[in-house]
Amino acid sequence: MKYAFSCSGRGRLAFLLFFLASGAFAQGWDMRPGVTEISQDLRALHHMSLWICIIVGAIVFGAMFYTIIAHRRSKNPVPATWHHSTKVEIIWTIIPTLIVIGMVIPATKTLIEIEDNSDADLTILVTGSQWKWHYQYLEAGFGFFSNLSTPTEQINNIEPKGEHYLLEVDNPLVIPANLKVRFLTSSDDVIHSWWVPDFAVKQDALPGFINEAWARVPVPGTYRGQCTELCGMNHAYMPVVVDVIPEDEFQEWIDDQRIALEAQGEAAIAARSRDWSMEELMPIGEDVYLSNCATCHQPDGSGQGITYPAMTGSAIVNGPIEAHISTVLNGVAGTEMQAWGPQLSDLEIAAVITYERNSLGNETGEVIQPLTIFNSR
Amino acid sequence: MSQESLHAGDGPPDYYVPHSSAWPIIGSTALFVTAFGAGHFIQQSTDKVPTATGSYGLWIFLIGLAAVAYMMYGWFAQVVKESIQGLVSAKLDRSFRQSMFWFIVSEIMFFAAFFGALFHARVITVPWLAGASDNLQTHLLLWPDFADTWPLFLTPGGGLTQAMAAWGLPFINTVILVTSSITVTLAHWALKKNNRGALKAWLGFTVLLGAVFLVLQVVEYYEAYHALNLTMASGIYGSTFFMLTGFHGLHVTLGTIMLAVMLIRSMRGHFTPDDHFAFEAASWYWHFVDVVWLFLFTFVYWF
Amino acid sequence: MIAHADNIPSGRHPLVKFILRWLLTTNHKEIGTLYLSFSFLLFFIGGAFALTFRAELAQPGLQFMGADFYNQMVTLHGLVMVFGAVMPAFVGLANYMIPLQIGASDMALPRLNNFSFWIMPFAFGLLLSSLFMPGGAPDFGWTLYAPLSTTYGPPSTDFLILGGQLMGISSILGAINIIVTIFNLRAPGMTLMKMPMFVWTWLITAFLLIMAMPVLAGVVTMMLTDRHFGTSFFEASGGGDPLIFQHVFWFFGHPEVYIMILPGFGIASQIIPTFARKPLFGYASMVYATAAIAGLSFVVWGHHMFATGMPLATELWFMYATMLIAVPTGVKVFNWVATMWDGSMTFETPMLFALGFVVMFTIGGFSGLMLAVAPVDFQYHDTFFVVAHIHYVLYPGAIFATMAAVYYWIPKWTGNMYDERLGKIHFWTAVVALNLTFFPMHFVGLGGMPRRIADYALPFTGLNTFATAGAFLLGVTQVLFLYIIIKTVRGGPKATDQVWEGAEGLEWTLPSPLPLHTFETPPKVD
Ligand code: HEA
Ligand code: HEA
Ligand code: HEC
Ligand code: CUA
Ligand SMILES: [Cu+2]
Repeated sequence: MKYAFSCSGRGRLAFLLFFLASGAFAQGWDMRPGVTEISQDLRALHHMSLWICIIVGAIVFGAMFYTIIAHRRSKNPVPATWHHSTKVEIIWTIIPTLIVIGMVIPATKTLIEIEDNSDADLTILVTGSQWKWHYQYLEAGFGFFSNLSTPTEQINNIEPKGEHYLLEVDNPLVIPANLKVRFLTSSDDVIHSWWVPDFAVKQDALPGFINEAWARVPVPGTYRGQCTELCGMNHAYMPVVVDVIPEDEFQEWIDDQRIALEAQGEAAIAARSRDWSMEELMPIGEDVYLSNCATCHQPDGSGQGITYPAMTGSAIVNGPIEAHISTVLNGVAGTEMQAWGPQLSDLEIAAVITYERNSLGNETGEVIQPLTIFNSR
Repeated sequence: MSQESLHAGDGPPDYYVPHSSAWPIIGSTALFVTAFGAGHFIQQSTDKVPTATGSYGLWIFLIGLAAVAYMMYGWFAQVVKESIQGLVSAKLDRSFRQSMFWFIVSEIMFFAAFFGALFHARVITVPWLAGASDNLQTHLLLWPDFADTWPLFLTPGGGLTQAMAAWGLPFINTVILVTSSITVTLAHWALKKNNRGALKAWLGFTVLLGAVFLVLQVVEYYEAYHALNLTMASGIYGSTFFMLTGFHGLHVTLGTIMLAVMLIRSMRGHFTPDDHFAFEAASWYWHFVDVVWLFLFTFVYWF
Repeated sequence: MIAHADNIPSGRHPLVKFILRWLLTTNHKEIGTLYLSFSFLLFFIGGAFALTFRAELAQPGLQFMGADFYNQMVTLHGLVMVFGAVMPAFVGLANYMIPLQIGASDMALPRLNNFSFWIMPFAFGLLLSSLFMPGGAPDFGWTLYAPLSTTYGPPSTDFLILGGQLMGISSILGAINIIVTIFNLRAPGMTLMKMPMFVWTWLITAFLLIMAMPVLAGVVTMMLTDRHFGTSFFEASGGGDPLIFQHVFWFFGHPEVYIMILPGFGIASQIIPTFARKPLFGYASMVYATAAIAGLSFVVWGHHMFATGMPLATELWFMYATMLIAVPTGVKVFNWVATMWDGSMTFETPMLFALGFVVMFTIGGFSGLMLAVAPVDFQYHDTFFVVAHIHYVLYPGAIFATMAAVYYWIPKWTGNMYDERLGKIHFWTAVVALNLTFFPMHFVGLGGMPRRIADYALPFTGLNTFATAGAFLLGVTQVLFLYIIIKTVRGGPKATDQVWEGAEGLEWTLPSPLPLHTFETPPKVD
């Protein structure tokens, strides 16, 4: 509210009305305080510059208002004729210069702190791709993908929206509290930007380069953010969710992940050691298709324009199986069709290919086995 | 005022304002046709755009270029005619001069964009990719085999190329361009002394030097593509090399054409010792092209 | 004495004559009219795009369009508004007013002037036709960031590039013409330091255009060759860098934003003294401040790139240099207030718009200053806070300035007074509507809503619904403005030659409406 009153000046009435009205909508009016030291420093800096603007604004607009009222023609029929004063002009050059210098000093200190990426306890490689994040724990040597988990029905207004609409993922990043975690950001395709407002970490992820940022989060909890660099169609659907867990639970979590990975490996071996039937594969394939492929190729396989080819009747889907497998495994370089090999298991890929070939208007009757996929990798 | 009454007046008007002219609209239409054709041509000649088929783009583009040339010819011919009619006052002459100056400034900025890309690549990007200062992770995780060299013989993606040596053809070309800058000045002096013979000789020599430069440039490109594997596609070195030398070559071509036109006009007896703006504009342009080359030679070939 | 040569063939059908007149004209007033009408048309088109995507933002979820179409709308909105609405509007005003203000009979190179204008419709024809191309219009934002625009851009990107180059040619030629006119055609006695502020600001703007536009042409050319000719300016695997794109783009882009505001400063500096009936305060320092802003604008571009991973020292430089711009800009604001001080003010529509301009541009400048604080920009960057900033400097900035200028000079152009009551209604509804639209964006931005998203999380719903309502109201006020203009052109109370009691300058010595040719013998200025 204070912002309103002092920054308004002319049109104060309009502003007032507007503020009263929008007060009803108020959710968060101010920069989020966040939980890290840096995020709180930034908020303090934000308040400092905001207040400076409010005060300067109050003086400038106050003077303007005063003169508008006091020097209107009916009050002041004969205008003055003076038109410069070197002294005054020098004063109002110097004062803003000093103000700016005053703002810059604390800002420089904070910036130097932000850019100090040394002595991290833990390093995570954050790689963006259209439109998901991949997190790699460099020390522990494993990683996983993190996809939006909001169902399309909610986006298309068919179902009511959940509490964390668009800010929820299947696999959140997990980091320990109180340790200095360094994030290396990079990208597989276009520029993305990894932002967690509560950590005050926003770092562009550039294809072919690695940027660094860090956070030390004192409070365990779940923190949510989004990709903040326009990265194509589904830029709005690329959330960041970070679970901060107490330091001592973190090692446990890592161990659990290792065990889970091993289990996955065993499941993969089991999967490729037997033949799967069409009836088994189709429902798995449908799931995989809907959650991974449908954003581009559409749930009914009709594609979108010339950019995202239709699956229905596609020459690749209905052609030789090798080309189909390699398209899905390795993607198509320089297009949004990415390599799915790293993200999906043999079974999943076998299932989705089987699904594509026998649904969405295609009928090749072929069943693809996980073993085939394993051998094509 | 009609055309006739212009002649009736004595002395040039203070400022000549043509009331309407068809050349600009012909010109803008021609530019549009050129751009339209270029767009289709480009799309039709790559496989990136599956929907673009046929080859009419090239023809539209060429028609557009021809129309642009026609417009330039017609427009300039008209200005020349007006000048001969004595419609160009000293003030209008000054307008022409200043415009040419600012036009050259804008051309300099066009080159500045590419030089900027070159400097950024050399000073920041390539060292970053090779892990300089605190960018070690980029090197370790993404491009472990990449080393910082310039010229960039081996790109991060593995493309191989060789460098164009500075002291062969490029150096000869430097000598040619610097000489041509001198000869065009000699031609200018000759014109100012009203020595028509020397004017034509020096100007002709300058045009010849320009043409030789272009031929050598073609030879150099041939060598780059066939002997050195240095192409547009060989990484940032090849990209900056060909874009900078290519746009420079384009400007040399334009400059040579301009000078050739001046040569023809001199032969037809145009220009007087104190009224020859077109000639001066062409020679300014030529000096500009020369100076750009010196930067090119220094930063693209030499260092 | 000025010589005119008339080539329009006589004895044709009136319609043919009408078309030929506008196609072939070399008259600065007619070309100014063409520019202004063109920009107004594109303002409506850009505004219609804005309303389209604002409708989508009214509620979370996807209602009216796919996410990709949303991006196309945002991109075209930005491009059309910046290059199609604001820039041609200012060039149109320059064409119309600079010769009148410096006592010249026309622009220095009238045929070139026609050329500059008629390139624009073609350029925007190419750009807008991309909407109907397979793959859709460009969808990567008006900033065209590579590699989204190169490797991943739709086929229509090539036409955006070519259209952009045409537009660049037009702007450069137009700027050359303006500079030369100002340097060369001033009436005897009109020394540089006697020129009206509008002329001064345009002189400096034209300089910015000549320096900046070729750089844009260069960077889009690199896009084109990266897309089709195998170069790797923006590809790490070839040793290039997407940041090269950003550096070169913003080297153009930041001067560009001052191109969109300096003429506005000039307009305010004309109007405020007129209605305060008091000379402009600190004329010389206004000139120096404008020059300082222009000079600084070339060394601050990196403030758009704080989050891209630039080295610390570079970030610090860009922060310091950017914040310094507040100083000369402050001088301008303070001088305007000092001009009003102890004046004898009335508040006709042009004055209202000029004052609205000063206040709300300053608010936009304040948010700019906040954005310039590099560490905090990590939180603001690419959120709606930035969107709020750009609309405060551009809408009540550039657009209000243009509207103020139109109200101020239209009696001179048409010989008719506009409807004062409607003008005031226009002003007040616009003020209310635009604050409804853009003020809440500060808050959603601070709350964490990224820009350029088709769909958003639930906490942002209320303020977004609000902003959408404001946007539609703002649309209605534009229709009102159109109506006022048409009404004024068609008739109305006759304007006197002086029009505004307090106005000074050569343009007011001429009759209203203006005859086609003016100052054929240059006036004497003392
Ligand atoms: C007309 C256009 C215009 C103008 C004039 C400005 C003016 C300024 N802009 Fe703005 N800006 C844009 C158009 C404009 N901008 C656009 C379009 C973008 C977004 C581009 C995109 O990404 O799409 C942008 C983005 C942008 C950013 C990047 C944000 C981000 O992406 O993270 C920054 C950061 O520094 C910035 C800063 C400034 C500053 C410091 C000024 C200064 O010039 C403002 C100076 C004015 C004042 C400060 C007010 C008056 C002064 C006083 C009363 C004196 C005393 C005051 C004090 C000392 C407090 N702008
Ligand atoms: C001068 C420049 C200018 C102007 C005037 C405007 C005007 C408006 N802008 Fe614009 N805007 C930009 C320049 C400008 N904008 C830029 C550069 C961007 C960044 C783009 C990018 O990210 O790449 C941007 C981005 C931008 C966004 C962010 C989108 C996003 O990031 O997702 C939004 C969101 O609300 C917005 C809204 C509006 C609105 C509501 C108006 C309104 O003021 C429009 C008012 C005008 C009209 C409404 C038209 C008039 C009337 C009709 C069409 C008749 C029909 C209508 C009715 C009868 C109701 N703009
Ligand atoms: C981000 C968008 C996107 C997603 C998600 C996506 N694709 Fe694609 N896909 C594309 C694009 C773009 C192409 C076209 C590539 C080209 O130009 O050749 C394509 C091509 C294909 C083709 C070849 C079709 C043809 O006719 O050329 C197949 C098969 C395919 N995708 C399968 C899949 C499968 C299976 C998945 C999910 C596991 C998937 N895609 C997910 C964008 C996507
Ligand atoms: Cu990823 Cu936006
Ligand atoms: Cu800027």
